[in-house]
Amino acid sequence: MDRRRFLLTGAALGCSAAASPLLTPVAFASAPWDNRLVVIILRGAMDGLDAVRPLGDANWAGLRPTLGSEPGPDLTGFFGLHPALAPLLPLWTAGEVGFAHAVSTPYRDKRSHFDGQDILEAGVAGLDGGLRDGWLNRLMQTVPGIAAETAYALGREQLLILTGAAPVAAWSPEARLRLSAQTRDLIELVQHDDALFRGASAEALAIVDAIADSDAADATAAAMAEDPMMAEIPQGGEHVKLAAFAAARLRGDTRIASFSIGGWDTHQNQVNGLARSLTDLTDTILTLKAGLGPVWGKTGVICMTEFGRTARENGTRGTDHGTAGALIYAGGAVHGRQVITDWPGLAEADLYAGRDLLPTRDVRAHAGWMMRGLFGIETGLIESAVFPGLQMGADPGLVL
Amino acid sequence: MPFDPTIATVRFGTGLSPLIAGPVSAEAMLAALTGPDLTAAEWPIPTYPALAPDAGAMRTLIRARNQARAEGQAARVAALEADVKATRNANREIGAAAFVTTLIRGAVTTDVLRERLTAFWADHFTVKATQGAIRHLVTPYVEEAIRPRVAGRFADLLRAAVTHPMMLLYLNQSASVGPTSRAANGGRRGLNENLARELLELHTIGVGAAYGQDDVRELAELLTGLSVDSAGAFGFDPRKAEPGAETVLGVTYGEAATLENVVAALDDIAVHPATAQHIAHKLAVHFVADTPDPALVDALAATFAETGGDLAAVYATMLAHPAAWAPERAKVKPPVAYLTSALRALAVPPQVLTGLARRDRIVTLERPLRIMGQDWENPLGPNGWPEDAAAWITPQGMAGRIDWALSVPEILRPDLPDPRDFVRDALGDTAPEAVIFAAGAAQTRAEGVAMVLSSPAFQRR
Repeated sequence: MDRRRFLLTGAALGCSAAASPLLTPVAFASAPWDNRLVVIILRGAMDGLDAVRPLGDANWAGLRPTLGSEPGPDLTGFFGLHPALAPLLPLWTAGEVGFAHAVSTPYRDKRSHFDGQDILEAGVAGLDGGLRDGWLNRLMQTVPGIAAETAYALGREQLLILTGAAPVAAWSPEARLRLSAQTRDLIELVQHDDALFRGASAEALAIVDAIADSDAADATAAAMAEDPMMAEIPQGGEHVKLAAFAAARLRGDTRIASFSIGGWDTHQNQVNGLARSLTDLTDTILTLKAGLGPVWGKTGVICMTEFGRTARENGTRGTDHGTAGALIYAGGAVHGRQVITDWPGLAEADLYAGRDLLPTRDVRAHAGWMMRGLFGIETGLIESAVFPGLQMGADPGLVL
Repeated sequence: MPFDPTIATVRFGTGLSPLIAGPVSAEAMLAALTGPDLTAAEWPIPTYPALAPDAGAMRTLIRARNQARAEGQAARVAALEADVKATRNANREIGAAAFVTTLIRGAVTTDVLRERLTAFWADHFTVKATQGAIRHLVTPYVEEAIRPRVAGRFADLLRAAVTHPMMLLYLNQSASVGPTSRAANGGRRGLNENLARELLELHTIGVGAAYGQDDVRELAELLTGLSVDSAGAFGFDPRKAEPGAETVLGVTYGEAATLENVVAALDDIAVHPATAQHIAHKLAVHFVADTPDPALVDALAATFAETGGDLAAVYATMLAHPAAWAPERAKVKPPVAYLTSALRALAVPPQVLTGLARRDRIVTLERPLRIMGQDWENPLGPNGWPEDAAAWITPQGMAGRIDWALSVPEILRPDLPDPRDFVRDALGDTAPEAVIFAAGAAQTRAEGVAMVLSSPAFQRR
């Protein structure tokens, strides 16, 4: 299926439905759940074998002659962390960070970032099944009459994962839109006959009003200023801004937030590139924790990528597109301090297609159990509506 | 022939202008396109070879500085550090000048289709800078590899783009080494599939075509000789090239690892039926509708196939097709095109843009584009920018456009036009009643102009 047509279909459904609920003052009704879910898409294919290293696998070191030469902390005696993830160790010790390994979406073999990300965000087995929307949006569709602010797509890109028929909010913290009442009226007039434009402006104004009305942003800034961990984090990066904005919304009526972090496509000189991206990710998680304050205890964060990377280091001190990889999860509501995996091994015969870590579990099952644990959604509903056709299997125990 | 001068200027060009007459016929548009590039001559952007040695010089400087640092030569480190900083600033200004010149070209040109096609093909063959030292070289890549070939054979465009040093660096081809080549050094260096994969998936036959991992791998092996030398120039390095024949899409290319074999494969893939279909669809989506009339796509693909990928002939077919002139404006201008057409409609003098200090340039152009969702020359990946209207007209995208429309025009043109005239300048005879009313009802000139620029009538094409 054509990616652009696919995106358009989903988005067109989304915007008409998304526009109207925000126009009514009762839009910010109480949310259906008290727990919070943050889904972070790691675009570019994170190398799970370097982020969460199977040090105890006899074949790992041989596959990675130069990568992994800088040691990181041990986690379980079998798995160790990339040194750039070391700032998450206090959370690991507190049971607030965990990992799942040898997981993947059902996408196989062609190893295209764009198809891989579409499948990850659509939450489906393949792109030719007449799909229309993202899996977080389908989760929202299972809750009738939900307010748009319940779910937020953040950042300057369109997020397929939240695109669909259920109303969601979307915003970039860089936008301003301070308009007089008269200017608002005129814009409403010139855009009135075009549903796409009218809907986008109405949503934008509703978001601006909501931000102006709430003291959540101030509270987040105060909470972050008090957190000693935040002293180490540069505040300028887009990922940090997104995390701070997400935290502010999640302290209010928002229950689901999603955004992406790029820079994981480490074909070359992975030692430098991956450290940079993992630092972005740790900064993001620590910013969320600091910004959420007491709400962190009700929060689950999952970080997912489109696929893993080749088991073998390539000829340019990097790795190429692979299959299975790792999922990172965090939050005060999760059961961390574990690496959940049915480890397939890295011997030649154990690799997928002789080159990649073999997937032993569908990453959607973990996302599904996270939603089951946080929101109490029936597994039957997840298997039919959110991830159609998925067998969730046994509970991996991601949530307390 | 359903030619309409307003649609021609808005849909196939860079928008209406109070100063510059639009094209009078499809033939005139094509004649300008296939004639000399007068716009580039008047508003030059240096091509890659003129600047690339500086990228090499930057690397040399940084290496020397690091060396001095390792040796503890403080004075030398300070001197080299100053050189690095000066070079970095100079390069940044080169990149900024190319950005501003690109906007100016769209704002002042009479050869409107050429600007649109340059942007289209630059996006089709997206490259991003892999390091700060070459960030200013993306537009010069477009100027060298893309712009002179937008009306030629697709095969020539393909070859120029995918063998360009910026592409070889971006998609890691320059580092890829044949696994059994001499340069592999007994397996210490090896293959990188990135360019081969995107070449098939994005540049030519498209991800929906019939190909597999073996095609990607063999094409990657075939491409292994493509290199970038230390001066940043293209070269074919036989030591890196994987020996032996490679089979791609059912065709086997030579025993010897040579540039001729690479070119032969590129020429074949360029005229593959799936490439004709992929390019035809992409052109129709870009210019006409997110979900284009299949008859238009088929007509473009047929011309592409019949002419062996003669792009000027493909555009002629598009401009002759009734579906291309549908009165409904199905497409939304992406942010760069939105800004360009606003500058054109406002008749902002080019010297105002070239004279912007760095801070003003960031405030009036660069940051607004980022908020609107199109950070200049920085799409997420090699698939470039989205086409669908809903990808751009989001709440924050809309906020970015309205913010710009309200605050920036009066900075760039303090003598703003009367909004009642500006409606005609920007929308011609297609101005909706509501927009005419809003322009006249606004409290200030700036607000009246902003209402025109915020209207769907201005933002669609």
